[in-house]
Amino acid sequence: MARSMSLVRTGLSWWPALLLATLVLFAVFAPWIVPVDPDRQNLLGRLKPPGFEARGHVFWLGSDELGRDVLSRLIYGARVSISVAFLSVALSGVVGVSVGMLAGYLRGTVETVLMRLVDIFLSIPAILLAIITVAVLGPGFINVILVLALTRWPRYARVAYGQTLALADRPFVTLARAMGASTPRVLFTHILPNIAGPLLVVATLEFGLMVLFEAGLSFLGLGVQPPTASWGSMLSTGRSYVASAWWIATFAGLALFLLVLSANLIGDRLSDQIGKGR
Amino acid sequence: MFRFLLHRGGQALVAAFGVVTLVFFIQRLAGDPTALLLPETATQADIESMRTSLGLDRALWVQYLDFLSDVVRLDLGQSFVQNAPVLEIILSRLPQTLQLAAGALVVALAIGMPLGLLMALTRGRLVSRWIMGVVLACQSMPTFWSGIMMILVFGVWLKWLPPSGTGTLAHLVMPSIALGLLSLATYARIVRSAVIDELGKDYVRSARARGVGTGRLVKHHLLRNSLIPVISITALELSQLLAGAVIVETVFAWPGLGLLTVQSIASRDFLVVQAVVLIGAFVTIGANLAADILYSVVDPRVRLTEPS
Repeated sequence: MARSMSLVRTGLSWWPALLLATLVLFAVFAPWIVPVDPDRQNLLGRLKPPGFEARGHVFWLGSDELGRDVLSRLIYGARVSISVAFLSVALSGVVGVSVGMLAGYLRGTVETVLMRLVDIFLSIPAILLAIITVAVLGPGFINVILVLALTRWPRYARVAYGQTLALADRPFVTLARAMGASTPRVLFTHILPNIAGPLLVVATLEFGLMVLFEAGLSFLGLGVQPPTASWGSMLSTGRSYVASAWWIATFAGLALFLLVLSANLIGDRLSDQIGKGR
Repeated sequence: MFRFLLHRGGQALVAAFGVVTLVFFIQRLAGDPTALLLPETATQADIESMRTSLGLDRALWVQYLDFLSDVVRLDLGQSFVQNAPVLEIILSRLPQTLQLAAGALVVALAIGMPLGLLMALTRGRLVSRWIMGVVLACQSMPTFWSGIMMILVFGVWLKWLPPSGTGTLAHLVMPSIALGLLSLATYARIVRSAVIDELGKDYVRSARARGVGTGRLVKHHLLRNSLIPVISITALELSQLLAGAVIVETVFAWPGLGLLTVQSIASRDFLVVQAVVLIGAFVTIGANLAADILYSVVDPRVRLTEPS
C-alpha cells in the first residue's frame, strides 16, 4: 500500500500509458474507426494534401501515391506494428526466459552451452541477423515475428540468467528443492515470480525496439507485404515522394515515434520504480 | 596481463567460430541454398554447376567444414550479380560506411556528453527532467523518420544541404545526425550515471569543502573519471552504428555497406548479404575484445577478478 501511494506521489506520469492505450484501441477497433477502406484506390486523387475532399469524404491527412487515405492506412498500420511487436516480444520472452532460468538454475554444462549460444547470437548486430534470416525465409507477417523472436531471445536470457543465478542459492529455493519440487515447479512457481520485475522492464523496452525493427524491415521491403498498410512501408513511400507529398512520411513517422516513445517512457519509469523498491 | 589476453582472445575466437556456424545454418534454413546463391535469371546449367561446386551431394558436415575453411581463408565467394569477388565489393564500400560512422560518433559525443554532464549536475531539478525527456526522444526516434524529416526541412524546403548522395562534407551532415541520435542518448545516460557516481565520492566532497568550484571540479576530476565507461561504450557503439547504417544509408542514398546490403537483397545477391553479416559480427566481437582490453589497461582491478 505504502509503495503504491508513493508511486502515485512521485508522479507516475500517466500520459505515456494513456498514449499507448489509445494507440492499442485504434489498432483493435480499426475497422470501425477508419473513415474509408485503407486499400481503396483513387487514381484521380493521388498525392493530395491534407484536407483534400473527394467522393464525399475528407482526406484529413492527405492521400498516398495510389490515392489511398493516409489516415485510414495509419490506423490499420497500428495493427501491424502493435501485433508484430507484441507477438515477437511474447515469443522471444518465453524462449529467452526459459533458457536463462535453466542456465542459471541447472549450472554446469547446460549453463556453459546455453550462455555461449547467447553470446554468439548477441555478437551479430540484431538488425543484420534479422535481415539475413528474412532474406532466407522470405518476408511476411509470420516470418517477421519468427525472425524478430530469433534475434531477440538472448536479451531476455541474459537478464533471466543473471537474476536466477542470484536467487538459486536462497533458502526458499533450496527448501523447495529439498521438499521434492521438480525443476519446472521451482523455476515457474518460486523463481519466475521473483524475477518478473526486471523482465517486465526488458519486455517493455524491447516492445519499442520491436516496433522499430518491424518498421525498419518493412521500410526495406522485407516486412509485411503490400497492399497491407504498415508504417515502415508508408515511410518508404514517403521517402520517394518527400519533395511532392511531405504528409505521407511525416505522419507515419510521427505515429511510429509516439508508439516507441510511450513504450520507452513506461519502461524507463518501471525500471526506476523497481530500482527504488529494492 | 598475458593470461587475461589469452583468455579473452580465446573467448572471442569461440564467438567468431559460433557466428560462422550460425550463418551456415541460417543459409540452410530454406533447405537447398542454390536458389539463394544464384540470381533469378540462372539457367538449369548454372544451378547444376552451383550444386556441384557447393558439393551438395556430400554429407552436411563436410559442406560445413568447406564453408568454415573458406571463411578462414577470407574467401567469401564470387558475386554473380556484380561479377566480382565479394570481398572486393565490400572493401570498396567500407570507407563510405566508416566515414558515416565517424560522423555519427562525433555528433553523439559532442552533444551526448555535455547533456549527460548537465543532467548529473542539475539532478533532481526540472532542467534535468527536461533534458532526460530530450534524450528519451532521441532514443525513440526512428532513424528513417528523423532522416526523412531532415531531408524535407533542410534539403527540400530550406535547400541548405544536399538531400542525398555523397561527395562533400555537406552531404555527410544529415546522415551523421540521423545515425548519431541513438548513440547520443546512450552517451548522455552513461555520462550522467558515471558523474553521479563520482559526485557521491569522498574526494569530491572534500574538494568541495576546500572551496573548489564546480567548473574546476568538472574539468579536473569528474570528466576524467567518467571517461572510462565512455571509452568502453564507444567500442560497443561501433557495431550499433554499423547496423544502423543499413537504414540511414538507404534513406540518404549513401553508397556504403548498408545500401549495398539492401541492394543485394533486392538483386538476390545472397553471398554479399552473408558477407556483410559476417563482417558486422566480426567487428562486434573485435570491438568487444578491444573494449575489455582497454578497460583492463585503464582499470587493472578488472584483470584481477577475472577467473583464470
